[in-house]
Amino acid sequence: MPKQRLVLIGNGMAGIRAVEELLKRKPNQFDIVVFGTEPYPNYNRIQLSKVLQGDTQVSDITLNEWQWYEDNNIRLYPGETVINIDKEKQLVLTDKDRQEAYDYLIIATGSNPFMLPLPGADKEGVTAFRDIKDCEKMIEYSRKYKKAAVIGGGLLGLEAARGLLNLGMDVDVIHISDFLMERQLDRAAGELLQKELEQQGMNFLLNKSTTEITGKKRVTGLKFKDGDSIDADLVVMAVGIKPNVALANESGIEVNRGIVVNDYMETNVPNVFAVGECAEHRQMVYGLVAPLYEQGQALAKRICGVDDKGYQGSVLSTQLKVSGVDVFSTGKINEDENSKAIKLYDEWNGVYKKVVVEDGILTGSVLFGDTKERTKLLSFIKKGARVEEYLESTSSDESESDIVASMPEDEVICGCNGVTKGTIVEAIKTKDLTTLEEVKGHTNASRSCGTCKSLVNDLLKLTLGDEYSADQKESICACTTLTKDEVIAKIKEKGLTNTQQVRDVLGWTSKGGCSKCKPALNYYMGMLNPKGYVDEKESRFVNERLHANIQKNGTYSVVPRMYGGVTNSDDLRKIADVADKYEVGMIKLTGGQRIDLVGIEKQDLPSIWADLDMPSGHAYAKGLRTVKTCIGASFCRFGTQDSVGMGVDLEKKFEGLNTPHKIKMSVSACPRNCAEGAVKDVGVVGLDGVWEIHVGGNGGTEMRKADLLCKVKTSEELMEIVGAFLQYYREEANYLERTSAWVERVGIEHVKAIIVEDKVKRAEYYARMEEALSVIKEPWKETIENPTLLRDLYEKVNVAAEAK
Amino acid sequence: MEKTLRRVLVGNYEDLPEGFGKTVVIEDQEVAVFKLDSGEIRAIENKCPHRGGVLAEGFVSGEHVFCPMHDWKISVKDGKVQEPDEGCVQTFETEIENELVYLLLKS
Ligand code: SRM
Ligand SMILES: Cc1cc2nc3c(=O)[nH]c(=O)nc-3n(C[C@H](O)[C@H](O)[C@H](O)COP(=O)(O)OP(=O)(O)OC[C@H]3O[C@@H](n4cnc5c(N)ncnc54)[C@H](O)[C@@H]3O)c2cc1C
Ligand code: SF4
Ligand code: FES
Repeated sequence: MPKQRLVLIGNGMAGIRAVEELLKRKPNQFDIVVFGTEPYPNYNRIQLSKVLQGDTQVSDITLNEWQWYEDNNIRLYPGETVINIDKEKQLVLTDKDRQEAYDYLIIATGSNPFMLPLPGADKEGVTAFRDIKDCEKMIEYSRKYKKAAVIGGGLLGLEAARGLLNLGMDVDVIHISDFLMERQLDRAAGELLQKELEQQGMNFLLNKSTTEITGKKRVTGLKFKDGDSIDADLVVMAVGIKPNVALANESGIEVNRGIVVNDYMETNVPNVFAVGECAEHRQMVYGLVAPLYEQGQALAKRICGVDDKGYQGSVLSTQLKVSGVDVFSTGKINEDENSKAIKLYDEWNGVYKKVVVEDGILTGSVLFGDTKERTKLLSFIKKGARVEEYLESTSSDESESDIVASMPEDEVICGCNGVTKGTIVEAIKTKDLTTLEEVKGHTNASRSCGTCKSLVNDLLKLTLGDEYSADQKESICACTTLTKDEVIAKIKEKGLTNTQQVRDVLGWTSKGGCSKCKPALNYYMGMLNPKGYVDEKESRFVNERLHANIQKNGTYSVVPRMYGGVTNSDDLRKIADVADKYEVGMIKLTGGQRIDLVGIEKQDLPSIWADLDMPSGHAYAKGLRTVKTCIGASFCRFGTQDSVGMGVDLEKKFEGLNTPHKIKMSVSACPRNCAEGAVKDVGVVGLDGVWEIHVGGNGGTEMRKADLLCKVKTSEELMEIVGAFLQYYREEANYLERTSAWVERVGIEHVKAIIVEDKVKRAEYYARMEEALSVIKEPWKETIENPTLLRDLYEKVNVAAEAK
Repeated sequence: MEKTLRRVLVGNYEDLPEGFGKTVVIEDQEVAVFKLDSGEIRAIENKCPHRGGVLAEGFVSGEHVFCPMHDWKISVKDGKVQEPDEGCVQTFETEIENELVYLLLKS
């Protein structure tokens, strides 16, 4: 039997998903041809927001690689547009004069961004936010220009605005309504959202309608109906989308708002289907991927002759992909005379919840700030649960995993990819999957927007039972299945006093441990019991054992302290003398404002330290490295505070402290931030009469901009906040987790709640910090005064050549 | 069975540190000597087959040492690099006599 010819117009998310569904059912039955205007393989449009926000790259969002088309014998014509459909002869014609005959035709042409027909809308620097090209354009503009204006305060506009902020632009968001995302949120949630985004640095112009885009060739600004105007180098229009129906319309296929289809995605023309954002089903046109995927399934079943009830429409839910913001909405969001709402509004913590009830049945919900209940609510609303059932579940504290347990098999877990509970559970069972990554790989669940991760994890937990807990949690290292928290609890409970005991008592598989757990256990035990624990040299990495950085050829480096980057002629002279005497390989100014003597033999270290008679700079330590300072108020014309003095005080206070990973600080005396506080673990910025404390910055492997922890007035407060923050980090972070990764993981709000808002906790942490600081000894001095250490660690055995 | 083995003194058994290595320099060669927690003495070439890391400074665990440069795991008994890495280092025989530790070198 000859293969049936299937032509797909539109190489996007909906069309390709429909093809995947077809191939799943009948792998070799079709001869498939795909036309796509965009010159790429099918990519994840959703992730463009993440690309713009810098969380991923264009190269990482491909959904179907070129190879996939080849492997499935699909002829793809990228960069080619279909311009005509001949429904009588069953032919399509492209802009490259290609003709292709079909037995089945799928139209999946998506949408076009709606561009306001304003005067000036055709100027350079005006863009939509729809495809890779738009995204690249915005990134390019952000390199050259500073001011961006986003027209539209909906989902897409806000995601674009967040991305542009991340790209370093100043962003105004212009919105026609008087609160944000009015289609998905009610006023209370919209206003909370606005407050949060303003804190993130967005500027809003609400109730504004744009009348003109100004500029010559290039955009220079916007004018509004009320006479106001603003400057802008880049204008992003995100005011909505329009189903892309021109081709269907011209070809005589029935079109209303979208291409009209029945429950099987059939148009009024035989053998012609439509799917995705271009299709209109029961008067609904959808703009999210979840429904499109359900449509793809219905379509594939129809073509493959599977008897099915077809597509029944979708209950939508919304989520905003902006980090630090949790919003969710689904179903009916505003109450009216027929409905009542359950509401909870906590302005202090910025948490809002509304559940709309109609005739005793849940019909919609809006959540802001805390969206933990979203899965439950979505599932209840989809099945039309009664309010009593919901209230009972909230009072009984039903956990997320109970929810997945009670879901029917055909309940969709991953809305984006339309993966059901049944599919996931079966994959876990038959393919022995144990991790989220594996489930992703085998089922597609969680591959798009990622918000169903916790549900997938719950399913793993549910399906694997005991095996799950053993597999999912992150153990300290391969020698044990225990996590850091479990180990710490056991150390306390059993009163263990050294790392060998821990390994023996807690059943380590390797008696002596490994390079991961040795230093980690040593750190945790010292942190838990600063006064009683005896530090183990053998559990220290060489650098911390020898108090010098080992180099590739086995020599070491010596970096003495230079508090706050300030030195004097005596110290410089001593350094110069030592450099001469020991013929050091290189004298180098470090990135941390001090001097590094490089290329030193191990056995010379102690005598160099003695000659220098300066404290160790701990350039090798998982501890405080440097406190970089700027010139400050005493000399600089902009300075408002004594940054040098503060830097020196901080360095003297915290030097020698053991921490999970290294700590770098800085103090600047004005917002110009010459000491680079935005990339420090603790970055202090002095303003007139106040100090800002920023934490969790990093300029290394994974750049992260520090978050503002708080502002304080006095140096005492500053010391206490920094001390408490560092102690909290010492107690909570995993070994080798920088503050940047840790703050990112637990969230700055959480840190604020403990260290800034809760004065009692802060005092407790600070007291424990003082205890930890009280036992610190200067390591170089300690070493040169201890003959056993000198012999064990620094002496080599030299065998004379003639010995026999 | 007469082999020309050169016997060099490393030091007092008691004086050898436990938990990390001792570097013994013999002309232009270096040997890393370890006292294991079992009390045994082991000696291997002090040069990691990866990129020449100084093994004497590594973490010691049971019969293995972790190179301080890039964390390769090497057996101090037979000198074999553990999976997933590959390679081996030279091993040396040792002797303890009257509480003194000696290294036997082929000369
Ligand atoms: C000496 C210095 C380079 C220089 O000549 O300027 C240096 C040298 C080393 N850095 Fe660094 N870093 C130096 C400033 C930095 C900076 C800049 C800064 O502190 O202002 C950074 C980025 C900022 C940051 O950390 O947020 C930096 C990010 C790193 C990283 C990546 C850390 C991260 O979390 O991503 C490592 C690797 C690590 O720590 O695991 C590293 C590791 C190293 C090591 C210790 C590599 C190693 O583990 O053996 C280098 C020692 C070389 C040697 O043979 O002595 N170095 N390193 C700088 C010492 C500053 C000081 O006075 O103490
Ligand atoms: C920045 C951004 C963020 C988003 N975030 C989310 C989100 O978080 N969650 C969510 O559910 N949805 C989100 N969406 C929406 C989602 O991406 C779309 O609903 C989905 O991509 C629509 O799929 P589609 O296949 O119908 O259309 P598209 O993916 O647009 O595919 C249509 C393709 O057809 C091509 N085409 C059109 N006409 C022709 C022709 N005549 N010949 C050949 N090819 C043609 C087009 O060039 C296009 O490549 C987001 C969209 C954007 C832009
Ligand atoms: S950047 Fe740092 S770690 Fe890398 S080579 Fe230079 S000094 Fe070494
Ligand atoms: S040199 Fe030893 S692991 Fe690289």
